Amino acid sequence: MSRDRLEIPDYNSLFSEERYVQQRANKKQFEAPCSEQDTAEALAYSKSAEYMQKNFDRKAVVINPHKACQPLGSVMAALGFEKTLPFVHGSQGCNSYFRSHLSRHFKEPTPAVSSSMTEDAAVFGGMNNLIDGLENSIALYKPEMIALCTTCMAEVIGDDLSSFIGNARIKGAITEDFPVAFCNTPSFVGSHITGYDSMLKGILSYLYERSGVQANPGSGEEAGEKLNVMLGFEPYTGNFAEIRKILEAFDTKYTLLGDHSGNYDSPATGEYEYYYGGTKLADVPLAANALGTLSLQKYTLKKTQDFISGTWNQQLTALSTPLGITGTDKLLDAVSELTGLPVPASLMEERGRVVDALTDSHPYLHGKRVALVGDPDLLIGLIGFCLEIGMEPVHIVCSNGDVDFNEVKFKDEAEALLASSPYGSEAALYIGNDLWHMRSLLINDPVDLAIGSSHLKFAAKDAGVPLVRVGFPILDRHHMHRYPIIGYQGTLNLLSLLVNTVLDELDRNNSGFNYDLVR
Amino acid sequence: MGLNIEENKKIVEEVLEAYPKKAKKDREKHFQINTEEAQSCGTCALKSNIKSRPGVMTPRGCSFAGSKGVVWGPIKDMVHISHGPIGCGQYSWGTRRNYANGTLGIDNFTAMQITSDFQETDIVFGGDKKLEVIIREITEMFPLAKGISVQSECPVGLIGDDIEAVSKKMAKELDMPIVPVRCEGFRGVSQSLGHHIANDAIRDFVLGKAELAETGPYDVNIIGDYNIGGDAWASRILLEEMGLRVIAQWSGDGTLNELEIAHKAKLNLIHCHRSMNYMVDHMEKAYDIPWMEYNFFGPSKTYESLRAIAARFDATIQENCEKMIAKHKPAMDAIINKYKPRLENKKVLLMIGGLRSRHTIGAYEDLGMDIVASGYEFAHKDDYERTFPMMKEGTIIMDDPTAYELEELAQKLNVDLVGSGVKEKYVYHKMGVPFRQMHSWDYSGPYHGFDGFKIFAKDMDMTVNSPVWNLIRKKEKAQKEGAGV
Repeated sequence: MSRDRLEIPDYNSLFSEERYVQQRANKKQFEAPCSEQDTAEALAYSKSAEYMQKNFDRKAVVINPHKACQPLGSVMAALGFEKTLPFVHGSQGCNSYFRSHLSRHFKEPTPAVSSSMTEDAAVFGGMNNLIDGLENSIALYKPEMIALCTTCMAEVIGDDLSSFIGNARIKGAITEDFPVAFCNTPSFVGSHITGYDSMLKGILSYLYERSGVQANPGSGEEAGEKLNVMLGFEPYTGNFAEIRKILEAFDTKYTLLGDHSGNYDSPATGEYEYYYGGTKLADVPLAANALGTLSLQKYTLKKTQDFISGTWNQQLTALSTPLGITGTDKLLDAVSELTGLPVPASLMEERGRVVDALTDSHPYLHGKRVALVGDPDLLIGLIGFCLEIGMEPVHIVCSNGDVDFNEVKFKDEAEALLASSPYGSEAALYIGNDLWHMRSLLINDPVDLAIGSSHLKFAAKDAGVPLVRVGFPILDRHHMHRYPIIGYQGTLNLLSLLVNTVLDELDRNNSGFNYDLVR
Repeated sequence: MGLNIEENKKIVEEVLEAYPKKAKKDREKHFQINTEEAQSCGTCALKSNIKSRPGVMTPRGCSFAGSKGVVWGPIKDMVHISHGPIGCGQYSWGTRRNYANGTLGIDNFTAMQITSDFQETDIVFGGDKKLEVIIREITEMFPLAKGISVQSECPVGLIGDDIEAVSKKMAKELDMPIVPVRCEGFRGVSQSLGHHIANDAIRDFVLGKAELAETGPYDVNIIGDYNIGGDAWASRILLEEMGLRVIAQWSGDGTLNELEIAHKAKLNLIHCHRSMNYMVDHMEKAYDIPWMEYNFFGPSKTYESLRAIAARFDATIQENCEKMIAKHKPAMDAIINKYKPRLENKKVLLMIGGLRSRHTIGAYEDLGMDIVASGYEFAHKDDYERTFPMMKEGTIIMDDPTAYELEELAQKLNVDLVGSGVKEKYVYHKMGVPFRQMHSWDYSGPYHGFDGFKIFAKDMDMTVNSPVWNLIRKKEKAQKEGAGV
């Protein structure tokens, strides 16, 4: 191979060549660009306190927000169930966007169909599209259930899913007993987490109600329905593996309600099968007989939690993403309380190992000022983890943080958590703000590390802050989602990411006298 | 090498068996096997640019994707508002790699997501008032922005907001171009109408609005190059080396001024005919500017195109052209000599947007590869008229093929490479079929011009010949081996 080696530069080196530098300069005569001075001044201005003030004063324009729309979450929820095809009722472009976006994060296929509504459907309604779509998708993709959600188009014109599905049955496009769960997911309400919740509740309530099962909490223990666990809008397939490991260590029977890890971590076997894993449809009504349900994203899963505690009458414990030692302790306590089983020794040993790792690494993290961006439940977990290792959250932006659960607002809980530790005293929480606000914050009040999704990379770069990629979406790095960030093992992964980023920075900024080899 | 016409007909028939009657009847119209007759009559039977079947997993997007994602988004010194709910802007944010020089958020806004983030109240009461405020705030936040476009999402059209009136009022108030673009996703049947709508807006609001200080006999425009991975730069360098003066680049790395002065060119050179033919047609009528298509994928097509372009000019340019080809040819031959033996006779299935399924054929053929099936997401009749003559007899040509059809065809044709988009990519990774994402060059590129071909060839080789594919153990085989233990 090496004998016929040809130099083939990548785009970075190619466009750094002199001929392209000249091309760039020459093109300017037609661009009518701003002068270099204007640009430099505008750049400096964009970094000023005055600009930051204006930035925070804006009322209407949203710049680089950190949230997506409802039906995207709904597609993810649908893929958490066995042989379930997500069906997006509305314009096909939306569905293409959801499929691309999810595939770009997971590097996996996202099977989903749409009713391909166009202008005529906007005038006359999308019923015929839906009926044809149900018939076609069932024939082609052979699902055992369809999970139907809406786009903003269908919502604005007011399409009635329930009656359309009824008509599809009358017309014989689908059989009487073929399950079609559904929910409304207008894109102008909430965000991707709202849509996840709507669909999860839609599927659970639909499968439960049509089964005729009467909820009898605790009665299903012998049959295997002891504990229900919901992870929610979960961008980490590794977190499913971790929760399974934990529940198996407890030796408890359990049902994951919504498990898309199979679909987003399927093997390359020479053929593509469309449906991998997922919660078994038959397990859903039986989950009504479990002792209790554990939710790991309480702000995300509001409607689902209300449904479970209200209709299934079971005990429900709702936590936020269990990150860090304290977060994981809470998780284990909750499992222990719900199941009546003691916390297993193996997990305590693992806890000890991870705490040991924390003692090794804390000097490099203590007092490090961090900026955080993410969905509400993830942020509660991240804040908790930062505080317990002595990192200081400074700027926290949550574009979709205007949520509450059981009348407690996310903002209030996050602020109480920050107030509980001296390391939280510097923090300010920005609800409903976006990453352009974060840029001003990072520049005007610098931090050591930024933690958030790929979308934070430009603000972090402008501020010269290293970014640790956590959350959704992670589009520009591979395999981050395959490693858990919850549980003790996840804590260790997160710790490694953080501490090694700090150590990389130390080396990157090496001044020429400090040839540190050992740390 | 010809392909077996009858066999491929049978394969297509088999694939379509899976559909219900009505959908099958429709899908049959979107397939044709290339024959001598088809090559001369263009699209004898093939139907295109009509609605996708509901429920089939079409690869297509929408008008918004065509306008904001393709045409307007890359114009770097304007701010493009994704006007409506949060999602559309978010998903089209930075996903098409339109390289552009400049400082992000200061004088280059290509990788920004600027949106009105519609809430329920905006749907009920309309978003016009909010749009005014947004536009004012954009000029505060981005003082160097040269203009603003309003890319409307589905609800904006459905609730009847008058974005034209708001844009007009604000353009006057702020003394800058503010362009309303009615590219709601429900319009049309794919991205394609979005391109047309976007072009019409350029025509109506931008084109011809500025003067070029000095014009010359060699002034040309690059039209329909979105500078994916720097494609337009790798093309421009050849035109300039030949002695032409590129006065505008549409729209990759393009600026408002370039759109405004483009009417001063002597010749329009169009790469993506599908997305920008509307503009060259208009400019021919309105400004008497002739246009020609060119193709800078692969050296053969590049030589051919360079010579055809040079033929439009004088002897100086033609001489330069020949000199340039002579200069670059050894490097291109070296690439072909290296990679052709590794890629010869490999079978390729392509399904890309509205042009590359035919435009890239030459590059594959330069490497000795055979296209056995080719199709578009959103092409029109004229695209197919150009496609049939470029393909071998027996090639399967398909319009808006569904995920199901592509998977079946890839297997039945036993292809060595699939070139398509991100929605398809990971399916083929499961199947163990080498795959390149051909919308964004799989995050590599550029692929245009001589510099681009080197990368193209290297990428195809590493894809087809990666030892990774050999590690996939087919299920049956794994079971058998397991049983033997």
